[in-house]
Amino acid sequence: MPQELDYLKETPSQTAGPYVHIGLAPGAAGFDIYRQELGHDIAGPNAAGDRIRVEGIVIDGTGSPVKDVLLEVWQANAAGIYAHPEHPGEVEDGFRGWGRVITDFETGEWAFETIKPGPVMGRDGRMMAPHINLWIVARGINLGLNTRLYFEDEADANARDPVMNLIEWERRRKTLIATRSDSGGQQVYRFDIRLQGEDETVFFDI
Amino acid sequence: MPKPGKFYQRDREWHPPALTRDYKTSVTRAPQYSPISLENSASELTGPVFGQNDIDPIDNDLIRNYAQPGEMPIGERIIVHGKVLDENARPVPNTLVEVWQANAGGRYRHKKDTYIAPIDPNFGGCGRTMTDDDGYYYFRTVKPGAYPWRNWINSWRPGHIHISVFGTGFAQRLITQLYFEGDPLIAKCPIVNTIPDPRAIEQLTARLDLNASIPLDTIAYKFDIVLRGRRSTLFENRLEGN
Repeated sequence: MPQELDYLKETPSQTAGPYVHIGLAPGAAGFDIYRQELGHDIAGPNAAGDRIRVEGIVIDGTGSPVKDVLLEVWQANAAGIYAHPEHPGEVEDGFRGWGRVITDFETGEWAFETIKPGPVMGRDGRMMAPHINLWIVARGINLGLNTRLYFEDEADANARDPVMNLIEWERRRKTLIATRSDSGGQQVYRFDIRLQGEDETVFFDI
Repeated sequence: MPKPGKFYQRDREWHPPALTRDYKTSVTRAPQYSPISLENSASELTGPVFGQNDIDPIDNDLIRNYAQPGEMPIGERIIVHGKVLDENARPVPNTLVEVWQANAGGRYRHKKDTYIAPIDPNFGGCGRTMTDDDGYYYFRTVKPGAYPWRNWINSWRPGHIHISVFGTGFAQRLITQLYFEGDPLIAKCPIVNTIPDPRAIEQLTARLDLNASIPLDTIAYKFDIVLRGRRSTLFENRLEGN
């Protein structure tokens, strides 16, 4: 018999279930337990860049809103730097670049406020267009779904983006582009996520 | 020392597939297209960093963190402990572990849970902690009860604790569920059985650990969590951009 490899296996995923809020956003479940819930403030008060609002809805295969979804946001700052020790560069004090977003239980609409990220240096020195990484969990989702939100008003950068260009089917690329509609002087981006159907959002195995 | 590189590819045959017909809710929520495989960039190799300032020491004690002064929740007192490791068996230190669960009667403290079993006034049902420098974590809680759910007409969840873990990169982000050794409902559960390989189900089954129990007080279960490992960059054929 050949030698054994001694790697461990990754713990298998299980659905977050309908009551994910108890653990990750207890206020939404209906009770107050922690000194502070995590993930409410993505950018912090000192971050440079444009303040934006991102909103959307997650839609299932029947065309209905998914009302019990939880999203996590992971993004760079306006200079394209992630708040992480392995990423060269500094971020503003209080900038974490991570957040948790839950839906309105009645409508399935969700929204978060942050700053618009800058372009990020990608693999092999190729610049990635500004984007926000999203991770989506819910009842019925067995393994969290990863996707990326890109910005409609970054058309040139999007066209050169190495990840966008990996998507062989050009008509599917638009599922990753948030549409801009400003209201009341605020930059608002709309990003609806479709789990199934003709315009199924592109998900990534990262 | 080789420097850490990208994450090992996720073994999607070890995880449950998206579409699992016997877990009915997955049918309309499972993407139909295959996910597009990405080589890791900075966006996946990095992830949020948490510190002790984010949480409080009592957060990992579900027996005390929501109880009225002098009171305790009803149920079998248990400790859940173990390590967070990566696939190279290296500890993952200083990472955030969050848990949530039903009470001993199988009822969740959630505005959407309407099960007949009562809310326990002294039990919130959530906790969180950071692993120490050796990747070690522990919680104290009460053993969660089984409860019925709408899948088939007579479907019951085995007692379980939901666990959320971060690791060092967003690509390691994981939510799973812990089950308890010996529970006959495990083998019958459509959510457990979304996992195709029985060895992977065993990996989600916490083992009774009498050595870690506190005699005459609290029984213990051991549960190690494994996150994706990272390649070592042994030879560099080209300049890396991240």
